[in-house]
Amino acid sequence: MSKDRIKEKFNAIRQEGRPGLIVYLTTGCPDLEATLELIPALAAAGADAIELSIPFSDPLADGPVIQESTFHALAQGVTPDDCLDLVAQVRGEVPDTPLILMTYYNPILSYGLERFAQRVAECGVDGIIPVDVPGEEAEPLFNQCAPRNVHLVPLLAPTSNEDNIRAAVALSSGFIYCVSLTGTTGAQNQLSQRGLEWLNRVSAHTALPLAVGFGISRREHVETVGRYAQAAAVGTALIRTVLDSPRDQVVAQASKLVAELAGQPWPASGGTL
Amino acid sequence: MTVSKAAALPDDRGRFGEFGGKFVPATLMAALTELEAAYRQARIDPEFRQRLESLLHHYAGRPTALYYAENLTRHCGGARIYLKREDLAHTGAHKINNALGQALLAEHMGKERIIAETGAGQHGVATATVCAMLGRRCVVYMGAEDIRRQALNVFRMRLLEAEVIAVDAGTRTLKDAINEAIRDWVTNVETTHYLIGSAVGPHPYPMLVRDFQSVIGREARAQILEAEGRLPDYVVACVGGGSNAIGAFYEFIGDETVGLVGVEAGGGGLDSGQHSATLSAGRPGVLHGSLSYLLQDQHGQVNETHSISAGLDYPGVGPEHSYLKDARRAEYVAVSDAQALEGFHLLSRTEGIIPALEPSHAVHHAAQLAATLPPEQIVLLCLSGRGDKDVPTVAAAAGIEV
Repeated sequence: MSKDRIKEKFNAIRQEGRPGLIVYLTTGCPDLEATLELIPALAAAGADAIELSIPFSDPLADGPVIQESTFHALAQGVTPDDCLDLVAQVRGEVPDTPLILMTYYNPILSYGLERFAQRVAECGVDGIIPVDVPGEEAEPLFNQCAPRNVHLVPLLAPTSNEDNIRAAVALSSGFIYCVSLTGTTGAQNQLSQRGLEWLNRVSAHTALPLAVGFGISRREHVETVGRYAQAAAVGTALIRTVLDSPRDQVVAQASKLVAELAGQPWPASGGTL
Repeated sequence: MTVSKAAALPDDRGRFGEFGGKFVPATLMAALTELEAAYRQARIDPEFRQRLESLLHHYAGRPTALYYAENLTRHCGGARIYLKREDLAHTGAHKINNALGQALLAEHMGKERIIAETGAGQHGVATATVCAMLGRRCVVYMGAEDIRRQALNVFRMRLLEAEVIAVDAGTRTLKDAINEAIRDWVTNVETTHYLIGSAVGPHPYPMLVRDFQSVIGREARAQILEAEGRLPDYVVACVGGGSNAIGAFYEFIGDETVGLVGVEAGGGGLDSGQHSATLSAGRPGVLHGSLSYLLQDQHGQVNETHSISAGLDYPGVGPEHSYLKDARRAEYVAVSDAQALEGFHLLSRTEGIIPALEPSHAVHHAAQLAATLPPEQIVLLCLSGRGDKDVPTVAAAAGIEV
């Protein structure tokens, strides 16, 4: 059986007594070569796990920044196979870092769920976060992922009711992805007014670690999340940096942001800029 | 494959056979459950039903007429053609039926704010109209390209004090307007009702919209029995998302002798790739919350679409149509832009009725179909809207500036 990187990583985070940091990249933004460089660089800068998107034409859960990065990637012809091949290519460079595909359903439905799950496992992907497949609809995908030891991570939100939580938890493994706010992806100055108290409702149903995403852009947010959950996920703030940096500065600027978010010194010891 | 008794679908998972479901971000799941519960309660609540029926009658002008199109029939030289005159409903299209139903539901649920998407602008106008009457805030998302080609309806919405927000993403048409409306709903779900205008989206929307539009077929069935003493041989309606078609078909699904024909937008022709004929040329996929036929490329990316009519310019279709297609209970055909224009002129010239470009597709097909049938047969055509909004487009197609 292949090793469970997600479980091992969360165990390590727990032992170190710190909040974990998960970062999101739009695969192929600004180009596939950059994504290949970013993955090991961000892992070295303090990212505990990396989410990689499969760009989709209609990203209806995403705010303007991730939409822009998605359309940029699609304009370059990035396909689901490109995303899978990229994981296979980079896997050896980051042997302990969980790599998780964050995707809308249609590209993987079109690929064929069984064929997709097979390729995902072969390429060394650790898990799938299907943005528009709630627990209630996740069984066909779960049935393909589970026997191949690929974690399925449905999302939950502050508006999720007890039934929604039960349905998601029943098919989740690895961790539970909780959305911090009612809204699309996007950097916020403050975390949701409602706070993160609702995470306790999720904890009541599962012993799995919780990761909190959407709207997290600063180190202080990561620390706040750490009081309620095991990890924070950052997407938009990082993608903003990727989009705004000159091509030759993308890796350095993104790494600098990730180090800040991870609460690590920058440049990382032994690293060069 | 036999068609399940119409009333039994969707099942409790929101499925019409394999189609439908709830493929949405987690944030919306509870709101869909709340909406379904409110609807199931409302539809057996005598007060709600009475209020809706009263508004449909006194405000929207129902029942709409069933008109025997004698001149068109003579022109085609075959089956008798009847028009179900949804163009005579308030605001000029069938969209008012659903807008009234859902707006009353929103009021029932205490949602202060109503959002909608619109393609041709007919649903936007219907929603803005109902919101003006009920005193609700109204925001309408509309693709920038559709704002350009349906300028009259944009101004109507603004007269009704709706906020019209231009959507600049993608092909800047109906699909992109729905994406943006869903993003708004995800953000404001606790105060806002998303008043979807077609029989698409996650469960319970396809059921809700169908039920509110099924008044079309219910009236038409009684009217044709009254006029002819028998059921029609065919019911023909245009299909974009498919709300007027499912509304026209629904009451007839159990009548096995009645052929159901949906007419999609063939644009520049199915081979050109420039069309919106989802059921004719697509394959199943997930967009906007449900599993249904979808125009997509080999990688599952949603295709850009084209139609001369903004209301049919959509890569998806309501899941119940996908079910009816696969069950072979309904047949779906495509009619090109040029043929739709012929239908537009034909009905204007023969009957003095200027149809919207959307049902002009159905007019063309119904005329072709009637010509192949004997005079004792009956074709019932759902004339879903009137054509005032399309006069500039039709003039431009003829090289005339109005």
